[in-house]
Amino acid sequence: MKAQNKQDFRKMVEPDRVRKEVYTDEEIFQEEMARIHEAVWIYCGHESQVKNAGDYVTVQIGRQPMIVVRGKDRRINVLYNRCPHRGNMICGDMKGNTGDQFRCSYHAWTFHHDGRLKNIPMMESGYTGTRLTKDSPELCMKRAARVESYRGFVFASLAKDGPTLKEFLGEAIVAFDDMCDRAPEGEVEIVPNCFRVIQHSNWKLFMENQIDALHPSVTHQSTGRAAHEVEKQLAKKAKSGEAPLSYHMLSAFATVTIDKWDNFQTINYPYGHCILTGYMGLRPQDPDTLAYDKVMIKAYGRKRFEEIVGVNIHHVLVYPGLSVQSPLQQLRAVRPLGVDRTLTEIWHFRLKGAPEPIYRRSLAYYNLVNSPATLINADDLENFWKCHTGLASDGGDWVSFARHHGRDIEKKGVVSSAPNMGTSEAPMRNQMKAWAKYMSGAAQGGSR
Amino acid sequence: MSDLQLQHDVEQFLYRQAELLDGKQWQAWTELFTADGIYWMPPDASYQTWDGQPAIFAEDRNLMAVRMGRVLHPDAWSQRPLWGTNHVVSNVVIRKAAKNGDVEVTSRFHMMELRRDDVRHFAGQYTHHLVKAKKGYAIRLQRVDMINAQAAYDYVLQVWV
Repeated sequence: MKAQNKQDFRKMVEPDRVRKEVYTDEEIFQEEMARIHEAVWIYCGHESQVKNAGDYVTVQIGRQPMIVVRGKDRRINVLYNRCPHRGNMICGDMKGNTGDQFRCSYHAWTFHHDGRLKNIPMMESGYTGTRLTKDSPELCMKRAARVESYRGFVFASLAKDGPTLKEFLGEAIVAFDDMCDRAPEGEVEIVPNCFRVIQHSNWKLFMENQIDALHPSVTHQSTGRAAHEVEKQLAKKAKSGEAPLSYHMLSAFATVTIDKWDNFQTINYPYGHCILTGYMGLRPQDPDTLAYDKVMIKAYGRKRFEEIVGVNIHHVLVYPGLSVQSPLQQLRAVRPLGVDRTLTEIWHFRLKGAPEPIYRRSLAYYNLVNSPATLINADDLENFWKCHTGLASDGGDWVSFARHHGRDIEKKGVVSSAPNMGTSEAPMRNQMKAWAKYMSGAAQGGSR
Repeated sequence: MSDLQLQHDVEQFLYRQAELLDGKQWQAWTELFTADGIYWMPPDASYQTWDGQPAIFAEDRNLMAVRMGRVLHPDAWSQRPLWGTNHVVSNVVIRKAAKNGDVEVTSRFHMMELRRDDVRHFAGQYTHHLVKAKKGYAIRLQRVDMINAQAAYDYVLQVWV
């Protein structure tokens, strides 16, 4: 990175193109961890992962190892995974139950679920007359500056100031409403399995790819075609004349052609969030769907039911690191591991009160598209690595986001792709605009 | 049939299964399965069934056909670069041998995978439910428990292990 550019991240982002260093420079990566990931609201997990007092999961926010733990008072705490004594991580596992206290494995300091010090061995004999007393704040495990939940989804911000979670999510909050509203009981529960996949590229490539409506028909052609062949054979054999929906989930990657993708629309928000509209064909008239409709109508009444299942969403991106497919009850959380390495954590949720076949339908998508043997993501991962390697070269200085530039519709800071231009690179332009704002301190940033 | 003969026949079958994978003989490999055969890789060793649960793989013959068609497609971008595998199967223990000739057998495998310049190493346990067929056996269930099933996958798996 050139020293003169370093001071002004805005110069690296032009309306229709971005400097390649934004993806490949180690110092920029460290800065964006501090100014974006460790400042804004980051998804930490779902309340149903920590049902009982002492239940915990560990999670990475930016570069910070954190613990999400349920207290005896039922409150959820998010703590830095660090003993205030010598810095030892308190939890070495990804999940578990810590009992009624945390106990450091190094010198047996103990802490309450909210991080307050419980006890230090030899407190009296060892520490009388030193700078430390039992009430010293520096003897507590540090807490995330702010923690908020929305409909069971837990977020933390490591910055003291900034918008509330609801203000930050804005219209993107529909991701969680859409997911939960589709449950007859109005809430979802985690399916206790996390698929984790590492990609060899910068984290931003993932966020851009998720709402890149042009890429499926190119990148995923082979899987879409192969699935379509089998789908046709099965449909011929079936009494109903239709193959199981799971084949369509794969074949759609080829059969939904670019002109069809153009009928979709992206709506882009100032904090970098994006809604990709587009109906996913999840309302067929088969017996399973009709049985589900019946349960839903009983729970909500017909009018509200029609509103709920009529929500027109394909994907919601919550910048900088969450991709939600609410109609299929799954999400991918992005955890940057380094400038050129990124982990995605992929979860599936169960609609509480919905009949079993509805769970199985979205499970099929989870297994086929999101598992570590996915026939879809495999080719994305290949592209991510190739992109990152090419960007790190001296073969060029810019990344282009010019597709349909100048044709987007902007109203009060919200940018929508124009009609029949769903493949517009508006989401990438908007993400980078938000990025430049965060990086130059003009967005919410907030102090830590 | 003597125990030794049974052990020998089952071992030869498991070796052939692995050789077909390493030889990229996908069609012949899928034909090892019964019409209702399932290939299953659970994300956790505690799982008792593939049905209705998260699975890394849970494929019947139809889904196997999708995977095979995709891997062989010229635009399967991630499958074009040089790659190959090498399985070693061992510790073959027959758990159940029914009177009709059906067998439940566990074994351990090591698999090295080359992808471009990188070698990945996988290991785990096979559980096979084998059905006596006219010629040897057919697979009703091939369960693959990877020792890293719960760990993060650096890249993904694209063909059966």
